Amino acid sequence: MGELKSPGAAAEGTSKITIEGGASGTSGFATTKLDALLAWARKWSLFKYPFVTACCGMEFMALTSPRFDGSARFGAEAPRFSPRQSDLLWVVGTISQRQAPVLKRIYEQMMEPKWVLAFGTCASCGGFYDNYTTVPGIDKIIPCDVYVPGCPPRPEAVLDGLILLQDKITKNATGDRRPGIVKPREDPIRDLVKLRRKDKEDNA
Amino acid sequence: MSVRALEALKNRFGDVVVETHSDWGDDTAVVKAESWKEVCRFLRDDPSMAFDMPVDLCAVDFPERSPRFEIVLHLYSVGKRQRLRLKARVGDAEGDDAAIDSVTDVWVGVNWYERETYDLMGIQFKGHPDLRRILMYPEFEGHPLRKDYPANKTQPLVPYRTEEEAGLTLDKQAPFGIDEGMPFGRRTFDERDN
Ligand code: SF4
Repeated sequence: MGELKSPGAAAEGTSKITIEGGASGTSGFATTKLDALLAWARKWSLFKYPFVTACCGMEFMALTSPRFDGSARFGAEAPRFSPRQSDLLWVVGTISQRQAPVLKRIYEQMMEPKWVLAFGTCASCGGFYDNYTTVPGIDKIIPCDVYVPGCPPRPEAVLDGLILLQDKITKNATGDRRPGIVKPREDPIRDLVKLRRKDKEDNA
Repeated sequence: MSVRALEALKNRFGDVVVETHSDWGDDTAVVKAESWKEVCRFLRDDPSMAFDMPVDLCAVDFPERSPRFEIVLHLYSVGKRQRLRLKARVGDAEGDDAAIDSVTDVWVGVNWYERETYDLMGIQFKGHPDLRRILMYPEFEGHPLRKDYPANKTQPLVPYRTEEEAGLTLDKQAPFGIDEGMPFGRRTFDERDN
């Protein structure tokens, strides 16, 4: 029987695994493998809690529906509407000051290890709401791991965000908890325009 | 066209009607705040008026005028298919004693509109059965749609995290900066004054 160390312990660099029967060693190899294994398991079995409040919700539904099959392809298919059974909080939409305590309580009730994904500009930084009623970004009240900008973000951007989060979970073994931001993709229309021009040139 | 309704109002109430105008099919009457309820009751009950549907009730803040607030009531008569806008002016320069009769017993439908106007503009409706905040939480201080409410003032219910607590900077990086995100600048009332 091996004694599993938490990923946090592995962050210190020396990793230890005790094997029942007296043999104990300081080989970094085995424990790193175990951490990687755990991270791998976590990465592919995220249980999401959708906290859906505003128009981004429709985008979330599009993402989850068969066309994009959003999170199903990444092992995060089944939503759990109890914070105690989920480890990935999707904050989808505008968070008002009135909702902030609720969001915070839900985050606190989730089991460790847990992650938060801010879906859309509103959740990330308040979006175009700059007023008395909107929280200027959920990171003002709870930690946030991945920001997906866009109003609303395209499903591709959200998938990028999910992949970013998975990367982060694997890297978590080395203690990297800096938030990730999905970069805007290059506009595909440019290439299309180029293609069409080329087409015309060929025909001419 | 309810120009006819305006005429009838003027004939019936005389001085109570402060001014009227009809532009582009919008027929508006400004009446004295004291007779608000009486006028409303007349507009609903008189068979030639029959304004049975209150479409909207709200208020406008004119901070530089002396009756500071204008209460605006939009009415529609389903049978006669005509619209009328009714206004009354209340409040001193501070906006403290802005009060008017509630018309909930004329049209029950204005109940929530009056609560909203009370919540966001701070106008008291005398005789309203349940004058509580409706959009803001009960602990909220002030009335956010008044023009002297600071544009960037928030009243968080949970304390915001500090950067020390978070252990990282909460400044937004690209693509979240002010240049990338918001296409418009905020102008406050004070700025506009100068
Ligand atoms: S980011 Fe845009 S689409 Fe999403 S909730 Fe905010 S306003 Fe709506």
